[in-house]
Amino acid sequence: MAFEDLTGRFQMALRRLTGKSKLTEKDIDEMMREVRLSLLEADVNYKVVKEFTDDVKKLAYGEKILKGLKPGEHVVKIVNDELTKLMGEEAVELDLKHNGLSIILMVGLQGAGKTTTAGKLANLIRKKHNKKPMLIAADVYRPAAIEQLQTVGEQLDIEVYQEGLIEPDTIIKNGLAYAKENDYDLVIIDTAGRLHIDESMMDEIQRIEKLTKPDEVLLTVDAMTGQDAVNVAESFNKALSITGCILTKLDGDTRGGAALSIRKITGVPIKFAGTGEKLEDIEVFHPERMASRILGMGDILSLVEKATEEIDEDEALSMMEKMMSGKFNYNDLLKQMKMIKRMGKFSGIMKMMPGMKNLGNMDKIDDKQLEYIEAIVGSMTEHERKKPELINRSSSRRNRIANGSGRSYSEINKLVQMLEKQQTMMRRMQGMNPDSLQSMAQGNFEPKKSRSERRSKMKKKGGFRF
Amino acid sequence: MGLFKKLFTNKEKRKKAEKYKIGMMKTRKNTLSSLKDLLRNSKTIDEDLYVQLEEIFIMADVGVDTVVEFIEELREEVEKENITDPKDLENVIVDKMFELYLKGEVINTNIRYNEGDLTVILFVGVNGTGKTTTIGKLAHKIKSEGKSVMMAAGDTFRAGAINQLKIFGERVGCEVVAKEAGSDPASVIFDAIKKAKDDKIDVLLIDTAGRLQNKKNLMNELGKINRIIERETGSNIYETYLVIDATTGQNGLSQAKIFSEVANITGVVLTKLDGTAKGGIVLAIRNKLNIPISFVGMGEKITDLEYFDIEDYIYGLFSDFFE
Repeated sequence: MAFEDLTGRFQMALRRLTGKSKLTEKDIDEMMREVRLSLLEADVNYKVVKEFTDDVKKLAYGEKILKGLKPGEHVVKIVNDELTKLMGEEAVELDLKHNGLSIILMVGLQGAGKTTTAGKLANLIRKKHNKKPMLIAADVYRPAAIEQLQTVGEQLDIEVYQEGLIEPDTIIKNGLAYAKENDYDLVIIDTAGRLHIDESMMDEIQRIEKLTKPDEVLLTVDAMTGQDAVNVAESFNKALSITGCILTKLDGDTRGGAALSIRKITGVPIKFAGTGEKLEDIEVFHPERMASRILGMGDILSLVEKATEEIDEDEALSMMEKMMSGKFNYNDLLKQMKMIKRMGKFSGIMKMMPGMKNLGNMDKIDDKQLEYIEAIVGSMTEHERKKPELINRSSSRRNRIANGSGRSYSEINKLVQMLEKQQTMMRRMQGMNPDSLQSMAQGNFEPKKSRSERRSKMKKKGGFRF
Repeated sequence: MGLFKKLFTNKEKRKKAEKYKIGMMKTRKNTLSSLKDLLRNSKTIDEDLYVQLEEIFIMADVGVDTVVEFIEELREEVEKENITDPKDLENVIVDKMFELYLKGEVINTNIRYNEGDLTVILFVGVNGTGKTTTIGKLAHKIKSEGKSVMMAAGDTFRAGAINQLKIFGERVGCEVVAKEAGSDPASVIFDAIKKAKDDKIDVLLIDTAGRLQNKKNLMNELGKINRIIERETGSNIYETYLVIDATTGQNGLSQAKIFSEVANITGVVLTKLDGTAKGGIVLAIRNKLNIPISFVGMGEKITDLEYFDIEDYIYGLFSDFFE
């Protein structure tokens, strides 16, 4: 066969993989002490750290250690994976109206950076969502707060509605009416900084929330906040329906463990990060990047990353072997999808998988989709899973599977087609030489040329036919 | 063990310290396990107890290193003195906290006034800690002690900062030297020192822009400001207060460390102690960098600034002992 070398390579890799030692309780405990201190130093809430380390301990016990890693390093890998999961794996977007006036209410403690962030956010949304923003200056307590917002507004060329130092409720009511009259489709309301235990001030903000019915209530939190972040976020979230957090001053040297505490305790996603003093310095928050910053074990993590790449390669290759053997069935499909999901869509490894490019949305497998497919495959008999052709032939089997899994008949058909595509791809690969296989591994996979193309090429070379 | 007894029995002292307690204890009952309950309910001094003690200190944002050290010392003391009853730990803990802060020194955090000449006080810190508000409060305090005060609007960067200081100037009744936004802070400070000297002002309070300690350029700017002050006052002895927000966590230590590298930080002003945060990082700052706390801010009123008192502060942290 054409890819003997390759086969040999992954067989060897598999042998290296099996028989590796597993994580013992001692390995885990040793490393967990370091992890715990590191998280505490990053200002992750003590209780969150405790729960988290307990969870990870259970998870890590008995895990196979990646080759090339020391046990402790492998524990760090597991910790980082779990942290990433906890932080949320993808950025969470703002939920604004497509038509009509969207309202964002900015809330938080004193000095968190609400006013600056209100300006930055208005500017960002104007650019990104093509909105016409207006700001309302409703902080009537801090001296010169209104002027600060006005200056920010001038710099960005965004109108600021203000009425001086009167009741904030009135300013906001009039401001919203003004915005509607003047065709603004986004209003960001800057409110006074308030302590979460200041009852009259919390009453005020609740009143404002009721009055404005905002699309987003964003809690601005200083990235340097310590253990108290949990109290603050919990109290604000209890009083209001907080839809997201903005982490400010993240351009400092703080590790920002508050982000994890807030996320874990309140479940509120962090949507934006303030990253500098300029008014452009705001970013959509990427939780997956934050996890490693909080953990603060960069050296070990880069080691882990390297080792992980290798293991993915091993797995991909063994999967490929399976496909080559011509016995690719529903069990394998499910395994493959889980693998792809774990590797992420940006992984170069994914391109190594035969036929990946031709599978359309395969690179965007989300939890739901995978769940559906799992449900469908779960409704097949063991026999059907191993012999896909049984399902191809029988519509009554497909009907039964649809009923059993609670998915539609057309979804079952889609899955059948998906498997067929994979198999076609597989058959095409049989005719490849090692060179093209190599190039496929680098992501340049082209399906086998058509018969006529092949024939013309063959003719040129030696003129013989098959 | 004297200090603890003194705190415990002196009623007048307790009354004064109530103010700290009110600010600091608001959420103790539901978020922190009470130290008192812990010691009362523990049967023996064991590993579990130490872990729970550690939790209490870490929840107060006392630096991780400092807490680990502290618990270690506590263990030694327990072994040395053969303490077996958890209740007896009360005294040891409070005494150790005093030791941690005082380090056997007599700390004088009063403002060092330059008698008969201009006294300059510089305020530095990261963004949003409350520098401008603190200046307003301190101006009020110094003025009510019978001294003439002037302010310099050295934060020319943040929108509205100059006007914020001017409003405080009006409330306190003192002059504010300012230029337009965006001008060089060093030149504002130069003008202010000159004017303060000409007008025979006692104390000049200088505001600066908030800066994150890892911004090299901004920290260098602080060096320039210091050189101007030294040259124009002819003295390198003046107070430089680092303003730290009580909600700040471990980063407070990094702030104190890096600001100390470019300025001679003589004290910390701990602001926003009226929230639920305990501001314990200042204990780590004192422990690791020897910088004492000078003032605490505990509210939004102009009078809400107090000279720091370690006894009151520790009373605030552990007030459940004293109930």
